[in-house]
Amino acid sequence: MESTYSDFLRLPSGDWVFMMAGHMDAIIDLLQQNALMPRADMARLLDMELEEVESAIAKLEAEGIVLGYQAIINREKWDTEKVTAIIEVKITPERDGGFDRIAARIAKFEEVQSCYLVSGGYDLLIIVEAANLRNAAAFVAQKLSTIDAVQATATHFRLKTYKENGAFHQFDSAPERLSVSP
Amino acid sequence: MSIRIADHVRDIPRSGIRDFFEIVQTMDDVISLGIGEPDFATPWHIREAAIYALEKGRTGYTSNLGLPRLRRSISDYVRKKFGLRYDPLAEILVSVGVSEAIDLALRALLNPGDEVLYHEPCYVSYAPSITLARGVPRAIETKAEDGFSLRADALEKAITPRTKVLMLNFPTNPTGATMTAAQWEEIAAICVRHDVVVLTDEIYSELTFEGGTHSTIATCPGMQERTVFLHGLSKAFAMTGWRIGYACAPAPLIEAMMKIHQYAILCAPIMGQDAAIEALERGDESVASMRREYERRRNFITRALNDMGLECLKPKGSFYVFPKITSTGLTSREFSMQLLQEHKVAVVPGTAFGPSGEGHVRCSFATGLDQIKVAMERMAVFVGGLR
Repeated sequence: MESTYSDFLRLPSGDWVFMMAGHMDAIIDLLQQNALMPRADMARLLDMELEEVESAIAKLEAEGIVLGYQAIINREKWDTEKVTAIIEVKITPERDGGFDRIAARIAKFEEVQSCYLVSGGYDLLIIVEAANLRNAAAFVAQKLSTIDAVQATATHFRLKTYKENGAFHQFDSAPERLSVSP
Repeated sequence: MSIRIADHVRDIPRSGIRDFFEIVQTMDDVISLGIGEPDFATPWHIREAAIYALEKGRTGYTSNLGLPRLRRSISDYVRKKFGLRYDPLAEILVSVGVSEAIDLALRALLNPGDEVLYHEPCYVSYAPSITLARGVPRAIETKAEDGFSLRADALEKAITPRTKVLMLNFPTNPTGATMTAAQWEEIAAICVRHDVVVLTDEIYSELTFEGGTHSTIATCPGMQERTVFLHGLSKAFAMTGWRIGYACAPAPLIEAMMKIHQYAILCAPIMGQDAAIEALERGDESVASMRREYERRRNFITRALNDMGLECLKPKGSFYVFPKITSTGLTSREFSMQLLQEHKVAVVPGTAFGPSGEGHVRCSFATGLDQIKVAMERMAVFVGGLR
């Protein structure tokens, strides 16, 4: 589904161009597929000018629509001691702040990579990365569980990653194709 | 003893693509833009549905016309996408790819000597299929200046008292040409006036770009009753290897086609039919995402070809571009052969799609962007060296 985001863009030349809704979606789509794709290639794929693509991305960044770009690391091959824990957290919401203040307090720990408020049997789902098992356990026991509003936690350690942010960690071999066909 | 091949089979020339394919096979590190099938594997939800059906032991024959549920899916799909109504019980036949359906329709319609018109450059099988059905193929040349669309005056001129059938394929392989509703009205009027049956191969219809809607001649006044609407899952759903196509036509013609189909083939494979149900009922999003990808690559390759000085229309459909190479001073075959041997990029000479393809080559963009990029760089070096 395409969004209706459309806007005027200011090019480095000072000219203003109108940005169609579909183009912003397409740029975000390409960034999500491969944020490192050369901007000139993006321009060719979307039939746009290079300056338009660059200005559009700058605008997405400036407006906080694109928050950052990260590498996806295969943990089987790098820093294999590092552990990932997926933790379910049940909390008591506060009268004024609801879940937000307590969630922010938990999210600020640098071990916490992701923190979501979820529906279901518990409230927060957090993903924690630690240098080793002992550090992860210490984080749960000493930091997380000791927060007053935290009623209960359930910690799951990652054993193997199959797919992460849309990227597979093991690839099927490419299927065989005829080299010329009608 | 020497076996004597039937004259009408012996006289059919080998496909120009086949020759070329054999040369490419002997070489390493070739980047091929010569492939007429999607580079995507069939979307997982479709593959998974087929696996499920296999697990359930669905491995037998089906009705000759195809699974009733699939024919209902086809009927719904064709109504929703094209605005055409066909009775799933009597007006739809599931075939082994569109190729089989074309063969069935021609064999069911033609008496020896009947003439069949088709526009050229076109898919390689049309003329041979007509000949094998004992018809007489008559090509109508389409031209780059018309965007390779079929002109009504050219059609009118080609019609003779022996003309029985007109074969159409828009968006076209290899040119990417499309037709507008207004152009169809003119063509349709001629077909009605001369009582011509139309076979329309709509295999690329979902791959229509720029948000454009595909229009088919079958919806023009007086046409559905004289049209064989041919479609399949291969291109839009990336299902070439499943071999599932279908024909929609008036019941008496489907009945005649079914007679040939039941004795020659019996039925299309059930695995493909089960997969096709999933594709037609729940595949829209997969098709949309592949179409987006093709459209971006089309933009990329068209600009790259024009930048290197090869005049190239931006196709409104299909996954082919058909650039003009006459500025290099080479023939289509020389161009393709030298590009292959000196720079290891395979494109298909336009003449493989009929003599009127001379002066052009077909480049498929059903190949990953990384490959297209390298191919365009190599091609630019090649073309630059010729000047």
